[in-house]
Amino acid sequence: MQRNWIHAWLLLSPAFVFLLAFTHIPAVTTLWNSLFTTPRGRRPSRWAGLENYETLIADPIFWKVLSNNIWFALGTIPTSIAIALAMALWVNEKLAGRGFLRMAYFTPTVLPMIAVANIWMFFYTPGFGLIDQITGRFGLPQSNILGQPDTALWGVMAVTIWKEAGFFMIFYLAALQTIPPSLIEAARIEGAGPWTIFRRVTFPLLMPTTLFVSINAVVNSFRMVDHIFILTGGGPDNASSLLLFYIYEVAFRFWDTAYAATLTVILLAILGLLAIGQFFLFDRKVHYR
Amino acid sequence: MTLSLTRALNLIGAWALALLWILPLAYAVWTAFHPAAYEARFDLFAPLTLENFAKAWEAAPFARYFLNTFVLVTAILIGQFILGTLAAYAFARFEFPGRNILFALVLVQLLVMPDILIVENYRTIRALGLIDTIGAIAIPYIASGFGIFLLRQTFMSVPKELVEAAQIEGMSTLGILLKVYVPLAVPTYLAYGLVSVSHHWNNFLWPLIVTNSVETRPVTVGLSIFASIDSGVEWSVINAATLMTSGPLLIAFLLFQRQFVQSFMRAGIK
Repeated sequence: MQRNWIHAWLLLSPAFVFLLAFTHIPAVTTLWNSLFTTPRGRRPSRWAGLENYETLIADPIFWKVLSNNIWFALGTIPTSIAIALAMALWVNEKLAGRGFLRMAYFTPTVLPMIAVANIWMFFYTPGFGLIDQITGRFGLPQSNILGQPDTALWGVMAVTIWKEAGFFMIFYLAALQTIPPSLIEAARIEGAGPWTIFRRVTFPLLMPTTLFVSINAVVNSFRMVDHIFILTGGGPDNASSLLLFYIYEVAFRFWDTAYAATLTVILLAILGLLAIGQFFLFDRKVHYR
Repeated sequence: MTLSLTRALNLIGAWALALLWILPLAYAVWTAFHPAAYEARFDLFAPLTLENFAKAWEAAPFARYFLNTFVLVTAILIGQFILGTLAAYAFARFEFPGRNILFALVLVQLLVMPDILIVENYRTIRALGLIDTIGAIAIPYIASGFGIFLLRQTFMSVPKELVEAAQIEGMSTLGILLKVYVPLAVPTYLAYGLVSVSHHWNNFLWPLIVTNSVETRPVTVGLSIFASIDSGVEWSVINAATLMTSGPLLIAFLLFQRQFVQSFMRAGIK
Protein backbone atom coordinates (compact mmCIF):
# COMPACT_ATOMS: atom_id res chain seq x y z
CA MET A 1 0.00 0.00 0.00
CA GLN A 2 2.73 2.41 1.06
CA ARG A 3 4.63 1.49 -2.09
CA ASN A 4 1.63 2.41 -4.23
CA TRP A 5 1.57 5.90 -2.76
CA ILE A 6 5.19 6.44 -3.56
CA HIS A 7 4.69 5.14 -7.10
CA ALA A 8 1.70 7.38 -7.63
CA TRP A 9 3.46 10.46 -6.35
CA LEU A 10 6.53 9.75 -8.43
CA LEU A 11 4.37 9.35 -11.51
CA LEU A 12 2.57 12.61 -10.82
CA SER A 13 5.53 14.74 -9.88
CA PRO A 14 6.83 15.70 -13.35
CA ALA A 15 3.40 16.88 -14.53
CA PHE A 16 2.75 18.72 -11.29
CA VAL A 17 6.02 20.62 -11.38
CA PHE A 18 4.87 22.24 -14.63
CA LEU A 19 1.21 22.57 -13.70
CA LEU A 20 2.09 24.34 -10.48
CA ALA A 21 4.82 26.46 -12.03
CA PHE A 22 2.76 27.78 -14.92
CA THR A 23 -0.84 27.66 -13.75
CA HIS A 24 -1.47 27.46 -10.02
CA ILE A 25 1.42 29.44 -8.58
CA PRO A 26 1.13 32.27 -11.15
CA ALA A 27 -2.60 32.48 -10.42
CA VAL A 28 -1.78 33.09 -6.77
CA THR A 29 1.16 35.44 -7.35
CA THR A 30 -1.00 37.49 -9.69
CA LEU A 31 -3.20 38.29 -6.72
CA TRP A 32 -0.16 39.06 -4.57
CA ASN A 33 1.47 41.30 -7.20
CA SER A 34 -1.73 43.23 -7.69
CA LEU A 35 -1.18 44.59 -4.19
CA PHE A 36 2.18 46.19 -5.09
CA THR A 37 3.27 49.03 -7.37
CA THR A 38 5.15 48.46 -10.61
CA PRO A 39 8.91 48.88 -10.15
CA ARG A 40 10.13 51.70 -12.37
CA GLY A 41 13.76 52.55 -12.99
CA ARG A 42 15.42 53.05 -9.66
CA ARG A 43 12.15 53.00 -7.73
CA PRO A 44 11.53 49.49 -6.45
CA SER A 45 8.09 48.06 -6.09
CA ARG A 46 6.35 48.91 -2.83
CA TRP A 47 3.24 47.75 -0.99
CA ALA A 48 0.21 49.45 -2.50
CA GLY A 49 -2.70 47.80 -0.76
CA LEU A 50 -5.80 48.30 -2.84
CA GLU A 51 -4.47 51.30 -4.79
CA ASN A 52 -4.37 49.33 -8.05
CA TYR A 53 -8.00 48.38 -7.55
CA GLU A 54 -8.92 52.02 -7.00
CA THR A 55 -7.15 52.85 -10.25
CA LEU A 56 -9.09 50.06 -11.90
CA ILE A 57 -12.46 51.32 -10.74
CA ALA A 58 -11.59 54.80 -11.96
CA ASP A 59 -10.21 53.53 -15.29
CA PRO A 60 -12.73 54.19 -18.07
CA ILE A 61 -10.83 51.91 -20.46
CA PHE A 62 -11.25 48.99 -18.08
CA TRP A 63 -15.02 49.47 -18.01
CA LYS A 64 -15.00 49.90 -21.77
CA VAL A 65 -13.16 46.63 -22.45
CA LEU A 66 -15.24 44.78 -19.87
CA SER A 67 -18.50 45.87 -21.46
CA ASN A 68 -17.01 45.13 -24.89
CA ASN A 69 -16.20 41.66 -23.69
CA ILE A 70 -19.73 41.12 -22.41
CA TRP A 71 -21.23 42.39 -25.66
CA PHE A 72 -18.78 40.27 -27.56
CA ALA A 73 -19.89 37.18 -25.62
CA LEU A 74 -23.58 38.00 -26.02
CA GLY A 75 -23.14 38.75 -29.70
CA THR A 76 -21.12 35.68 -30.64
CA ILE A 77 -22.26 32.85 -28.40
CA PRO A 78 -26.01 32.46 -29.08
CA THR A 79 -25.49 33.03 -32.81
CA SER A 80 -22.63 30.58 -33.20
CA ILE A 81 -24.46 27.99 -31.11
CA ALA A 82 -27.62 28.32 -33.21
CA ILE A 83 -25.60 28.03 -36.42
CA ALA A 84 -23.65 25.10 -35.01
CA LEU A 85 -26.86 23.30 -34.15
CA ALA A 86 -28.26 23.83 -37.64
CA MET A 87 -25.00 22.61 -39.15
CA ALA A 88 -25.00 19.48 -37.00
CA LEU A 89 -28.61 18.64 -37.83
CA TRP A 90 -27.93 19.05 -41.53
CA VAL A 91 -24.72 17.03 -41.53
CA ASN A 92 -26.39 14.35 -39.44
CA GLU A 93 -29.19 13.97 -41.98
CA LYS A 94 -28.31 12.18 -45.14
CA LEU A 95 -28.38 15.20 -47.41
CA ALA A 96 -26.76 15.22 -50.83
CA GLY A 97 -23.11 16.28 -50.64
CA ARG A 98 -22.80 15.61 -46.94
CA GLY A 99 -19.03 15.25 -47.10
CA PHE A 100 -18.66 18.65 -48.72
CA LEU A 101 -21.03 20.25 -46.22
CA ARG A 102 -19.07 18.89 -43.29
CA MET A 103 -15.80 20.01 -44.80
CA ALA A 104 -17.10 23.52 -45.52
CA TYR A 105 -18.43 23.96 -42.00
CA PHE A 106 -15.42 22.58 -40.20
CA THR A 107 -12.53 24.02 -42.20
CA PRO A 108 -12.39 27.43 -40.41
CA THR A 109 -11.72 25.54 -37.17
CA VAL A 110 -8.45 24.18 -38.51
CA LEU A 111 -7.10 27.57 -39.62
CA PRO A 112 -5.02 29.72 -37.28
CA MET A 113 -6.97 32.73 -36.00
CA ILE A 114 -4.21 34.95 -37.41
CA ALA A 115 -4.75 33.50 -40.88
CA VAL A 116 -8.51 33.85 -40.52
CA ALA A 117 -8.14 37.50 -39.58
CA ASN A 118 -5.88 38.13 -42.57
CA ILE A 119 -8.40 36.58 -44.91
CA TRP A 120 -11.23 38.67 -43.48
CA MET A 121 -9.20 41.86 -43.63
CA PHE A 122 -9.53 41.58 -47.35
CA PHE A 123 -13.30 41.69 -47.05
CA TYR A 124 -13.31 44.66 -44.75
CA THR A 125 -10.69 46.93 -46.34
CA PRO A 126 -12.46 50.21 -47.19
CA GLY A 127 -12.93 50.87 -50.88
CA PHE A 128 -10.95 47.88 -51.99
CA GLY A 129 -12.32 44.96 -49.97
CA LEU A 130 -14.95 42.56 -51.22
CA ILE A 131 -17.77 44.12 -49.19
CA ASP A 132 -17.20 47.52 -50.78
CA GLN A 133 -16.74 45.98 -54.21
CA ILE A 134 -20.22 44.49 -53.92
CA THR A 135 -21.98 47.43 -52.30
CA GLY A 136 -20.19 49.73 -54.75
CA ARG A 137 -21.90 48.00 -57.68
CA PHE A 138 -25.23 49.08 -56.22
CA GLY A 139 -23.97 52.62 -55.86
CA LEU A 140 -23.76 52.47 -52.08
CA PRO A 141 -21.11 54.58 -50.34
CA GLN A 142 -17.84 53.18 -49.05
CA SER A 143 -17.98 51.46 -45.70
CA ASN A 144 -15.33 51.28 -43.02
CA ILE A 145 -16.65 48.65 -40.67
CA LEU A 146 -13.47 48.14 -38.67
CA GLY A 147 -12.61 51.83 -38.56
CA GLN A 148 -15.86 53.04 -37.00
CA PRO A 149 -16.29 52.90 -33.21
CA ASP A 150 -19.88 51.66 -33.46
CA THR A 151 -19.26 48.87 -35.96
CA ALA A 152 -15.69 47.68 -35.23
CA LEU A 153 -16.77 45.17 -32.59
CA TRP A 154 -19.44 43.78 -34.91
CA GLY A 155 -16.82 43.20 -37.55
CA VAL A 156 -14.72 41.27 -35.07
CA MET A 157 -17.76 39.27 -33.92
CA ALA A 158 -18.59 38.13 -37.45
CA VAL A 159 -15.10 36.68 -37.82
CA THR A 160 -15.40 34.89 -34.48
CA ILE A 161 -18.75 33.34 -35.35
CA TRP A 162 -17.36 32.13 -38.67
CA LYS A 163 -14.41 30.53 -36.93
CA GLU A 164 -16.23 28.94 -33.98
CA ALA A 165 -19.53 27.59 -35.30
CA GLY A 166 -17.89 24.60 -37.00
CA PHE A 167 -16.05 23.71 -33.82
CA PHE A 168 -19.26 23.67 -31.78
CA MET A 169 -20.97 21.67 -34.53
CA ILE A 170 -18.68 18.75 -33.67
CA PHE A 171 -20.04 18.53 -30.12
CA TYR A 172 -23.62 18.56 -31.35
CA LEU A 173 -22.82 16.01 -34.00
CA ALA A 174 -21.37 13.71 -31.38
CA ALA A 175 -24.44 14.17 -29.18
CA LEU A 176 -26.87 13.61 -32.04
CA GLN A 177 -25.30 10.28 -32.77
CA THR A 178 -26.08 9.07 -29.27
CA ILE A 179 -29.82 9.76 -29.59
CA PRO A 180 -31.51 6.42 -30.25
CA PRO A 181 -33.28 6.48 -33.64
CA SER A 182 -36.19 4.58 -32.07
CA LEU A 183 -37.11 7.71 -30.12
CA ILE A 184 -37.42 9.81 -33.25
CA GLU A 185 -39.24 6.94 -34.95
CA ALA A 186 -41.74 6.71 -32.10
CA ALA A 187 -42.45 10.43 -32.28
CA ARG A 188 -42.96 10.17 -36.03
CA ILE A 189 -45.45 7.33 -35.63
CA GLU A 190 -47.33 9.49 -33.15
CA GLY A 191 -47.72 11.93 -36.02
CA ALA A 192 -45.22 14.58 -34.94
CA GLY A 193 -43.81 16.77 -37.71
CA PRO A 194 -40.09 17.49 -38.08
CA TRP A 195 -40.34 20.80 -36.19
CA THR A 196 -42.21 19.21 -33.29
CA ILE A 197 -39.70 16.37 -33.15
CA PHE A 198 -36.88 18.86 -32.96
CA ARG A 199 -38.55 20.99 -30.31
CA ARG A 200 -39.88 18.21 -28.10
CA VAL A 201 -37.37 15.40 -28.56
CA THR A 202 -34.04 16.39 -30.10
CA PHE A 203 -33.49 19.79 -28.53
CA PRO A 204 -34.22 18.72 -24.92
CA LEU A 205 -31.91 15.74 -25.34
CA LEU A 206 -29.19 18.10 -26.55
CA MET A 207 -29.54 20.38 -23.53
CA PRO A 208 -26.43 19.07 -21.71
CA THR A 209 -24.40 19.63 -24.88
CA THR A 210 -25.77 23.15 -25.19
CA LEU A 211 -24.70 23.92 -21.63
CA PHE A 212 -21.28 22.40 -22.18
CA VAL A 213 -20.76 24.31 -25.42
CA SER A 214 -21.95 27.55 -23.81
CA ILE A 215 -19.42 27.31 -21.01
CA ASN A 216 -16.69 26.57 -23.53
CA ALA A 217 -17.81 29.50 -25.62
CA VAL A 218 -17.78 31.91 -22.70
CA VAL A 219 -14.28 30.83 -21.70
CA ASN A 220 -13.16 31.27 -25.31
CA SER A 221 -14.66 34.72 -25.49
CA PHE A 222 -12.37 35.79 -22.66
CA ARG A 223 -9.35 33.92 -23.96
CA MET A 224 -9.33 34.40 -27.72
CA VAL A 225 -7.88 37.76 -28.77
CA ASP A 226 -5.51 36.83 -31.62
CA HIS A 227 -7.73 38.28 -34.32
CA ILE A 228 -7.89 41.68 -32.59
CA PHE A 229 -4.17 42.14 -33.27
CA ILE A 230 -4.72 41.90 -37.03
CA LEU A 231 -8.21 43.31 -37.49
CA THR A 232 -8.36 46.43 -35.35
CA GLY A 233 -5.57 46.53 -32.79
CA GLY A 234 -8.34 47.15 -30.26
CA GLY A 235 -9.31 50.42 -31.91
CA PRO A 236 -10.66 52.82 -32.83
CA ASP A 237 -10.45 54.29 -29.34
CA ASN A 238 -10.70 50.86 -27.66
CA ALA A 239 -14.04 50.22 -29.35
CA SER A 240 -13.08 46.64 -30.16
CA SER A 241 -10.62 45.89 -27.37
CA LEU A 242 -11.27 42.92 -25.09
CA LEU A 243 -10.09 42.28 -21.53
CA LEU A 244 -7.16 40.00 -22.34
CA PHE A 245 -6.04 42.30 -25.15
CA TYR A 246 -6.05 45.20 -22.72
CA ILE A 247 -4.01 43.12 -20.27
CA TYR A 248 -1.50 42.50 -23.04
CA GLU A 249 -1.30 46.21 -23.85
CA VAL A 250 -0.89 47.26 -20.23
CA ALA A 251 1.73 44.61 -19.53
CA PHE A 252 3.78 44.60 -22.72
CA ARG A 253 3.28 48.02 -24.26
CA PHE A 254 3.06 50.25 -21.19
CA TRP A 255 5.01 47.80 -18.98
CA ASP A 256 2.72 48.46 -16.03
CA THR A 257 2.90 44.92 -14.72
CA ALA A 258 1.21 45.56 -11.38
CA TYR A 259 -1.86 47.02 -13.05
CA ALA A 260 -1.83 44.18 -15.58
CA ALA A 261 -1.83 41.76 -12.65
CA THR A 262 -4.82 43.59 -11.19
CA LEU A 263 -6.68 43.22 -14.48
CA THR A 264 -5.73 39.54 -14.59
CA VAL A 265 -7.27 39.08 -11.14
CA ILE A 266 -10.57 40.33 -12.55
CA LEU A 267 -10.28 37.88 -15.44
CA LEU A 268 -9.52 35.05 -13.02
CA ALA A 269 -12.50 36.05 -10.89
CA ILE A 270 -14.78 35.92 -13.92
CA LEU A 271 -13.50 32.45 -14.83
CA GLY A 272 -13.86 31.37 -11.21
CA LEU A 273 -17.51 32.47 -11.17
CA LEU A 274 -17.99 30.49 -14.36
CA ALA A 275 -16.48 27.42 -12.72
CA ILE A 276 -18.86 27.73 -9.79
CA GLY A 277 -21.78 28.26 -12.15
CA GLN A 278 -20.77 25.24 -14.13
CA PHE A 279 -20.53 23.15 -10.98
CA PHE A 280 -24.08 23.99 -9.92
CA LEU A 281 -25.63 23.96 -13.37
CA PHE A 282 -24.34 20.63 -14.48
CA ASP A 283 -25.31 17.16 -13.75
CA ARG A 284 -21.67 16.28 -13.96
CA LYS A 285 -22.35 12.65 -14.73
CA VAL A 286 -23.55 13.67 -18.15
CA HIS A 287 -20.11 14.70 -19.31
CA TYR A 288 -17.66 13.09 -17.02
CA ARG A 289 -19.22 9.64 -17.34
CA MET B 1 -45.53 16.24 -50.27
CA THR B 2 -44.84 18.50 -47.31
CA LEU B 3 -42.12 16.16 -46.19
CA SER B 4 -40.24 16.36 -49.47
CA LEU B 5 -40.68 20.14 -49.40
CA THR B 6 -39.04 20.31 -45.97
CA ARG B 7 -36.29 18.13 -47.31
CA ALA B 8 -35.71 20.43 -50.27
CA LEU B 9 -35.67 23.49 -48.01
CA ASN B 10 -33.17 21.78 -45.72
CA LEU B 11 -30.98 20.92 -48.66
CA ILE B 12 -31.03 24.49 -49.93
CA GLY B 13 -30.35 25.92 -46.47
CA ALA B 14 -27.49 23.53 -45.82
CA TRP B 15 -25.83 24.30 -49.14
CA ALA B 16 -26.33 28.04 -48.87
CA LEU B 17 -24.67 28.06 -45.47
CA ALA B 18 -21.85 25.81 -46.67
CA LEU B 19 -21.13 28.08 -49.63
CA LEU B 20 -21.22 31.13 -47.39
CA TRP B 21 -18.83 29.39 -45.01
CA ILE B 22 -16.35 28.32 -47.66
CA LEU B 23 -16.44 31.66 -49.49
CA PRO B 24 -13.75 33.51 -47.49
CA LEU B 25 -11.33 30.66 -47.92
CA ALA B 26 -12.20 30.17 -51.58
CA TYR B 27 -11.60 33.85 -52.11
CA ALA B 28 -8.20 33.68 -50.44
CA VAL B 29 -7.30 30.73 -52.66
CA TRP B 30 -8.47 32.62 -55.76
CA THR B 31 -6.32 35.69 -55.05
CA ALA B 32 -3.31 33.66 -54.01
CA PHE B 33 -3.19 31.70 -57.25
CA HIS B 34 -3.85 34.60 -59.63
CA PRO B 35 -1.82 37.69 -60.54
CA ALA B 36 -2.46 40.77 -58.44
CA ALA B 37 -4.50 42.37 -61.23
CA TYR B 38 -7.25 39.80 -60.65
CA GLU B 39 -7.61 40.42 -56.92
CA ALA B 40 -11.10 41.80 -57.34
CA ARG B 41 -11.87 40.87 -60.93
CA PHE B 42 -13.44 37.55 -61.55
CA ASP B 43 -12.49 35.94 -64.77
CA LEU B 44 -12.73 32.20 -65.08
CA PHE B 45 -9.86 32.23 -67.56
CA ALA B 46 -7.52 34.39 -65.51
CA PRO B 47 -4.01 32.96 -65.72
CA LEU B 48 -2.98 30.80 -62.79
CA THR B 49 0.32 31.56 -61.14
CA LEU B 50 2.51 30.50 -58.24
CA GLU B 51 4.36 33.78 -58.27
CA ASN B 52 2.59 35.10 -55.16
CA PHE B 53 3.86 32.16 -53.16
CA ALA B 54 7.37 32.67 -54.47
CA LYS B 55 7.27 36.36 -53.57
CA ALA B 56 6.00 35.66 -50.06
CA TRP B 57 8.58 32.94 -49.54
CA GLU B 58 11.38 35.33 -50.51
CA ALA B 59 10.05 38.35 -48.63
CA ALA B 60 10.20 36.75 -45.19
CA PRO B 61 12.13 33.83 -43.66
CA PHE B 62 9.17 31.47 -43.77
CA ALA B 63 11.37 28.39 -44.04
CA ARG B 64 12.84 29.23 -40.66
CA TYR B 65 9.38 29.98 -39.21
CA PHE B 66 8.14 26.60 -40.37
CA LEU B 67 11.10 24.86 -38.81
CA ASN B 68 10.44 26.72 -35.52
CA THR B 69 6.77 25.76 -35.50
CA PHE B 70 7.62 22.18 -36.33
CA VAL B 71 10.12 21.93 -33.48
CA LEU B 72 7.65 23.66 -31.17
CA VAL B 73 4.63 21.44 -31.79
CA THR B 74 6.78 18.29 -31.69
CA ALA B 75 8.38 19.27 -28.39
CA ILE B 76 5.01 20.12 -26.84
CA LEU B 77 3.44 16.90 -28.09
CA ILE B 78 6.24 14.70 -26.75
CA GLY B 79 6.16 16.50 -23.40
CA GLN B 80 2.40 16.28 -23.13
CA PHE B 81 2.38 12.58 -24.02
CA ILE B 82 5.03 11.63 -21.47
CA LEU B 83 3.87 13.79 -18.55
CA GLY B 84 0.20 13.18 -19.31
CA THR B 85 0.62 9.41 -19.54
CA LEU B 86 2.48 9.16 -16.23
CA ALA B 87 0.03 11.39 -14.37
CA ALA B 88 -3.06 9.77 -15.88
CA TYR B 89 -1.71 6.34 -14.95
CA ALA B 90 -1.29 7.41 -11.34
CA PHE B 91 -4.86 8.72 -11.19
CA ALA B 92 -6.39 5.73 -12.97
CA ARG B 93 -4.60 2.92 -11.19
CA PHE B 94 -3.60 3.90 -7.69
CA GLU B 95 -5.32 4.91 -4.49
CA PHE B 96 -3.26 7.44 -2.59
CA PRO B 97 -3.77 10.25 -0.12
CA GLY B 98 -4.49 13.58 -1.80
CA ARG B 99 -5.77 11.99 -4.99
CA ASN B 100 -8.97 13.98 -5.17
CA ILE B 101 -7.35 17.30 -4.37
CA LEU B 102 -4.62 16.73 -6.94
CA PHE B 103 -7.16 15.74 -9.56
CA ALA B 104 -9.18 18.86 -8.80
CA LEU B 105 -6.01 20.87 -9.38
CA VAL B 106 -5.67 19.20 -12.77
CA LEU B 107 -9.26 20.12 -13.63
CA VAL B 108 -8.63 23.75 -12.64
CA GLN B 109 -6.34 24.00 -15.64
CA LEU B 110 -9.26 23.31 -17.98
CA LEU B 111 -10.49 26.77 -17.07
CA VAL B 112 -7.45 28.76 -15.97
CA MET B 113 -5.04 28.12 -18.82
CA PRO B 114 -1.50 29.45 -19.09
CA ASP B 115 -2.85 31.56 -22.00
CA ILE B 116 -4.35 34.11 -19.64
CA LEU B 117 -1.54 34.22 -17.08
CA ILE B 118 0.78 35.99 -19.50
CA VAL B 119 2.08 38.56 -17.03
CA GLU B 120 3.28 36.13 -14.37
CA ASN B 121 4.46 33.49 -16.81
CA TYR B 122 6.57 36.08 -18.60
CA ARG B 123 8.17 36.93 -15.27
CA THR B 124 8.94 33.24 -14.65
CA ILE B 125 10.39 32.71 -18.10
CA ARG B 126 12.58 35.80 -17.71
CA ALA B 127 13.79 34.58 -14.32
CA LEU B 128 14.72 31.27 -15.94
CA GLY B 129 16.64 33.18 -18.62
CA LEU B 130 14.61 31.57 -21.39
CA ILE B 131 13.24 34.68 -23.15
CA ASP B 132 13.37 34.31 -26.92
CA THR B 133 13.81 30.55 -27.04
CA ILE B 134 11.50 27.91 -28.44
CA GLY B 135 11.58 26.26 -25.02
CA ALA B 136 9.97 29.35 -23.54
CA ILE B 137 6.98 28.96 -25.85
CA ALA B 138 6.65 25.27 -25.06
CA ILE B 139 7.12 24.76 -21.33
CA PRO B 140 3.93 26.38 -20.00
CA TYR B 141 2.00 23.90 -22.13
CA ILE B 142 3.79 20.59 -21.67
CA ALA B 143 1.70 19.63 -18.66
CA SER B 144 -1.84 19.78 -19.97
CA GLY B 145 -4.79 19.35 -17.64
CA PHE B 146 -6.92 18.45 -20.62
CA GLY B 147 -4.47 15.74 -21.73
CA ILE B 148 -4.22 14.22 -18.27
CA PHE B 149 -8.00 14.22 -17.94
CA LEU B 150 -8.53 12.62 -21.34
CA LEU B 151 -5.94 9.89 -20.81
CA ARG B 152 -7.22 9.16 -17.31
CA GLN B 153 -10.72 8.59 -18.71
CA THR B 154 -9.29 6.15 -21.24
CA PHE B 155 -7.08 4.35 -18.73
CA MET B 156 -10.02 3.89 -16.36
CA SER B 157 -11.74 1.71 -18.96
CA VAL B 158 -8.84 -0.76 -19.09
CA PRO B 159 -10.18 -4.07 -17.71
CA LYS B 160 -8.89 -4.91 -14.21
CA GLU B 161 -8.39 -8.56 -15.23
CA LEU B 162 -5.75 -7.60 -17.78
CA VAL B 163 -3.83 -5.62 -15.18
CA GLU B 164 -4.04 -8.44 -12.66
CA ALA B 165 -2.88 -11.00 -15.19
CA ALA B 166 0.11 -8.84 -16.03
CA GLN B 167 0.88 -8.47 -12.34
CA ILE B 168 0.85 -12.23 -11.85
CA GLU B 169 3.28 -12.56 -14.72
CA GLY B 170 5.59 -10.37 -12.70
CA MET B 171 5.46 -7.18 -14.76
CA SER B 172 6.70 -4.02 -13.12
CA THR B 173 4.55 -0.93 -12.60
CA LEU B 174 6.04 0.82 -15.61
CA GLY B 175 5.94 -2.39 -17.62
CA ILE B 176 2.18 -2.63 -17.09
CA LEU B 177 1.79 0.97 -18.20
CA LEU B 178 3.77 0.46 -21.39
CA LYS B 179 2.53 -3.03 -22.30
CA VAL B 180 -1.10 -2.89 -21.17
CA TYR B 181 -2.41 0.65 -20.80
CA VAL B 182 -0.66 2.54 -23.59
CA PRO B 183 -1.46 0.08 -26.42
CA LEU B 184 -5.14 0.16 -25.46
CA ALA B 185 -5.19 3.96 -25.56
CA VAL B 186 -3.74 4.45 -29.06
CA PRO B 187 -6.92 6.00 -30.50
CA THR B 188 -6.98 8.53 -27.64
CA TYR B 189 -3.34 9.41 -28.27
CA LEU B 190 -4.09 9.98 -31.95
CA ALA B 191 -7.13 12.12 -31.21
CA TYR B 192 -5.38 14.13 -28.57
CA GLY B 193 -2.29 14.49 -30.75
CA LEU B 194 -4.29 15.99 -33.60
CA VAL B 195 -6.05 18.43 -31.31
CA SER B 196 -2.82 19.41 -29.59
CA VAL B 197 -0.84 19.89 -32.81
CA SER B 198 -3.51 22.03 -34.41
CA HIS B 199 -3.94 24.06 -31.24
CA HIS B 200 -0.25 24.85 -30.85
CA TRP B 201 0.34 25.35 -34.55
CA ASN B 202 -2.28 28.09 -34.36
CA ASN B 203 -1.26 29.60 -31.03
CA PHE B 204 -0.26 33.25 -31.26
CA LEU B 205 -0.40 35.45 -28.16
CA TRP B 206 2.13 33.68 -25.96
CA PRO B 207 4.73 33.13 -28.73
CA LEU B 208 4.31 36.80 -29.66
CA ILE B 209 5.20 37.80 -26.12
CA VAL B 210 8.22 35.59 -25.53
CA THR B 211 9.92 35.65 -28.92
CA ASN B 212 11.62 38.51 -30.71
CA SER B 213 13.88 37.03 -33.35
CA VAL B 214 13.63 35.09 -36.59
CA GLU B 215 15.33 32.08 -35.00
CA THR B 216 12.47 31.45 -32.56
CA ARG B 217 9.29 32.88 -34.09
CA PRO B 218 6.62 30.37 -35.10
CA VAL B 219 4.69 30.86 -38.35
CA THR B 220 1.71 32.60 -36.77
CA VAL B 221 3.87 35.38 -35.35
CA GLY B 222 5.92 35.52 -38.54
CA LEU B 223 2.77 35.87 -40.59
CA SER B 224 1.39 38.66 -38.42
CA ILE B 225 4.63 40.62 -38.82
CA PHE B 226 4.69 39.99 -42.55
CA ALA B 227 1.08 41.12 -42.99
CA SER B 228 1.43 44.21 -40.84
CA ILE B 229 4.07 45.80 -43.07
CA ASP B 230 1.29 47.55 -44.89
CA SER B 231 3.42 49.44 -47.38
CA GLY B 232 3.88 47.77 -50.70
CA VAL B 233 2.94 44.19 -49.91
CA GLU B 234 0.17 43.15 -52.28
CA TRP B 235 -2.95 41.45 -50.99
CA SER B 236 -2.43 38.46 -53.22
CA VAL B 237 1.02 37.95 -51.69
CA ILE B 238 -0.34 38.27 -48.15
CA ASN B 239 -3.04 35.78 -48.99
CA ALA B 240 -0.46 33.41 -50.43
CA ALA B 241 1.53 33.69 -47.21
CA THR B 242 -1.62 33.13 -45.17
CA LEU B 243 -2.46 29.97 -47.08
CA MET B 244 1.10 28.80 -46.88
CA THR B 245 1.20 29.02 -43.09
CA SER B 246 -2.07 27.18 -42.68
CA GLY B 247 -1.27 24.89 -45.62
CA PRO B 248 0.20 21.85 -43.87
CA LEU B 249 -2.69 21.69 -41.40
CA LEU B 250 -5.24 22.35 -44.10
CA ILE B 251 -3.89 19.64 -46.40
CA ALA B 252 -3.65 17.19 -43.51
CA PHE B 253 -7.23 18.04 -42.65
CA LEU B 254 -8.53 17.54 -46.18
CA LEU B 255 -6.72 14.20 -46.47
CA PHE B 256 -7.74 12.85 -43.07
CA GLN B 257 -11.05 14.65 -42.71
CA ARG B 258 -12.89 11.83 -41.04
CA GLN B 259 -10.12 11.22 -38.50
CA PHE B 260 -9.92 14.92 -37.72
CA VAL B 261 -13.60 15.31 -37.07
CA GLN B 262 -13.69 12.11 -35.04
CA SER B 263 -10.67 13.20 -33.01
CA PHE B 264 -12.22 16.51 -32.12
CA MET B 265 -15.41 14.65 -31.25
CA ARG B 266 -13.60 12.10 -29.10
CA ALA B 267 -11.57 14.81 -27.37
CA GLY B 268 -14.66 16.91 -26.87
CA ILE B 269 -17.00 14.40 -25.36
CA LYS B 270 -14.83 12.88 -22.70
